[in-house]
Amino acid sequence: MDETADIADRDGFLAGLGLPAHCILSEDSELRPYECDGLSAYHQVPWLVLLPETVQQVQSILGYCHQQKVPLVARGAGTGLSGGALPLANGVLLSLARFNSILDIDLANRLARVQPGVRNLAISQTVAQHGLYYAPDPSSQIACSIGGNVAENAGGVHCLKYGLTVHNIAALKIVCMDGELLNIGSHALDSAGYDLLALMTGSEGLLGVIVEVTVRLLPVPETAQVLLAAFDSVETAGHAVAEIISAGILPAGLEMMDSLAIRAAEDFVHAGYPDDAAAILLCELDGTRAEVEALISEVQELLTGMGARDVRLAQDDQERQKFWAGRKAAFPAVGRISPDYYCMDGTIPRRHLGKVLSTIRQWSSEYDLPVANVFHAGDGNLHPLILYDANKPGELERTEEFGGRILELCISVGGTITGEHGVGMEKINQMCVQFNEDELRQFHAIKKAFDPHGLLNPGKAIPTLARCAEFGRMHVHGGELPFPELERF
Amino acid sequence: MIQQDLTEPLRERIAGACADKTPVSIRGGNSKSFYGHPCEGESVDVSQHTGVLEYEPSELVIQARAGTALTDIEKLLDQHRQMLAFDPPHFSPKGTLGGAVATGLAGPGRPFTGSVRDSILGVGLINGRGEILNFGGQVMKNVAGYDVSRLMAGALGTLGLLTDVSLKVLPKPASVYTLQQLCSQQDAILRFSEWMAKPLPLSAACWFDDHLYLRLSGTETGIRQAQHQLGDKLLEQAPDWWTSIRDHRHDFFQRQSPLWRLSVPPATPPLAIHGEWLIDWAGGQRWLSSAESAETVRRITASVGGHATLFRNGDQTTDVFHPLPAPLFSLHRRLKQALDPKGILNPGRMYKGL
Repeated sequence: MDETADIADRDGFLAGLGLPAHCILSEDSELRPYECDGLSAYHQVPWLVLLPETVQQVQSILGYCHQQKVPLVARGAGTGLSGGALPLANGVLLSLARFNSILDIDLANRLARVQPGVRNLAISQTVAQHGLYYAPDPSSQIACSIGGNVAENAGGVHCLKYGLTVHNIAALKIVCMDGELLNIGSHALDSAGYDLLALMTGSEGLLGVIVEVTVRLLPVPETAQVLLAAFDSVETAGHAVAEIISAGILPAGLEMMDSLAIRAAEDFVHAGYPDDAAAILLCELDGTRAEVEALISEVQELLTGMGARDVRLAQDDQERQKFWAGRKAAFPAVGRISPDYYCMDGTIPRRHLGKVLSTIRQWSSEYDLPVANVFHAGDGNLHPLILYDANKPGELERTEEFGGRILELCISVGGTITGEHGVGMEKINQMCVQFNEDELRQFHAIKKAFDPHGLLNPGKAIPTLARCAEFGRMHVHGGELPFPELERF
Repeated sequence: MIQQDLTEPLRERIAGACADKTPVSIRGGNSKSFYGHPCEGESVDVSQHTGVLEYEPSELVIQARAGTALTDIEKLLDQHRQMLAFDPPHFSPKGTLGGAVATGLAGPGRPFTGSVRDSILGVGLINGRGEILNFGGQVMKNVAGYDVSRLMAGALGTLGLLTDVSLKVLPKPASVYTLQQLCSQQDAILRFSEWMAKPLPLSAACWFDDHLYLRLSGTETGIRQAQHQLGDKLLEQAPDWWTSIRDHRHDFFQRQSPLWRLSVPPATPPLAIHGEWLIDWAGGQRWLSSAESAETVRRITASVGGHATLFRNGDQTTDVFHPLPAPLFSLHRRLKQALDPKGILNPGRMYKGL
């Protein structure tokens, strides 16, 4: 932080910047709505909010911040769940909300060129008339914006078959910290040079500000059908998932919920879930009619053979939407039964599901905090929701400790601390467990290639070595104590 | 398949080269040594660093050492009715996993089942400082840290020596059919674009010598239904057509003129560059055998938003890869500096100064 500017002189900064008044928010009442993103446990009123309207304005804001050494955080719709858009007390919060136009739809190449503030779902809605859609569908898709999706490499319930954001975009325009505008990727299937499109995706606003995204569009499958299977244990449900994949079937969606999540969702949206089941699986198959028909009966047999006590096929599109509504409303449903909840995002190799869930159950009783589990079973992405009450003294701290242990458990079985929500502020300490000193240094060197003064979204995503030393629970490599040169406190 | 872990000796080689500031040229099975510029430096052979480290068919994930032969990996996957999604070319039977990732080359299935980098879940690598680093992992979804793994695809070993790679694999389709019909280049491109916008079980689409070729993959009934939709002018074709295109064994690739690989937005109409054309990737990848100047080929390709690679038979003076705009190239150099500060890893293989 020693490189950053004196923050007292906000008026001087604004005068030098020369942005129109309607693009600036500086009153406390205007700044407060920006104090947090979707992770409300962390909040900080920003020093200044800027709402540019043109790419040129973004370029001059970044260039000026670079010159003045003022840090900057970019923000889309603010739905992120890891505090990636948490503002700074001494920096600019750059909202991309006014970049909300769909610029061009190239039907022949199945591409849509959009501004970063365009909502995820709005893209699919706009191109639906042409029989096309944009595949990644994070559960916040009605509100989240595509720029944020790229910054976080957002996923959704269809990742196993259709991939993450990184697999579904073609090109980006980014503004670098020095104000330079760069074109990354292309409208062809690849481009010359390094794959910077992959590097930018999921970089959590630390490498550049995204000002335009070209997404790939896919034809809407001819049909989609969903099966709902009930199980008496989560382990059996897990085995059934392995069996489906081993049989060579690639479901469009494969989701699991445990009993607490099932009951919460059922009470909330009446999806028709069996509320006495220990686990349910939702298995969606899509493709041509002939194909789906054949696969549905194969999967039905597999599920029954693997011990599902009840397998139901959604009879029409309405029932299919209802089955999904329960899953998509799982988070708010849990929100109804608990004053607060803390959503985790670890990913594990699926074969360790039984071990991980039973350990979570054991810790849940030790910490006296209930856990509802929602699981993207196809790709191993686990969302344990820890139920707590922030008004009870010490409960948030206990929850955070419990959550941290779950993430470390994910790493210990060969998984990762975050599958799709990003590291942000929230999981920064666990990064010290997942990566060793050399790997973290490598991340910092890459950051420096884009942003030499460390002004873009400082303090997020990649921890400093000093922070890891302070955190104390670090990656132990070859039995050596990491960071031997740093003081411990 | 031989299991042999040479990570430590490889690390020592790179660390030594870093200390002496002497360049190294990384080699796998030498099947793609023609690709890119020849680079100076002592050869570091990764082809003996072999073996599958982990393979879980029920999780669609395989992890193997970089020197493992692609054929060995494909044989193992085939036993479980699975395959590499990016359909890598085999320019010789010796091609390695590391080479496939470093060159980033994919076969005819690319527009349908993804590129090399789309399959990557994680890598182990040795950077230019001689440090062993791991990024990504063996899970489908992983957003912790910058995506250094996928950055390695197509970087031609200039950012790190790959030690191991984890990939997402795909189930093999139950049935595969290859069809062909008489068609002009222009009409083929139009039809590809039209068909790609429909939910058809396409898995490859190519044009050559006034014929279009399609591959359909999926369930038997699904394919029959699609065949009906596509019309009755399509005739069956032997499936080895696709391997002859993928592995450049087809006569088209045996010509002596420079062979260009043009990557363009797939619906781009036929390009006015004199030469012979073979169109793959449903229009997105165009092979051109032509004596036209590099300047002409690149100018016309760039004008439609594409880039041109001088794939084979080029002279030593022409850039193999499409030149980058100055600010982008300068970012490439800073990134190279971040991973290989002494500039010892395959210097110049991709671009001069990288």
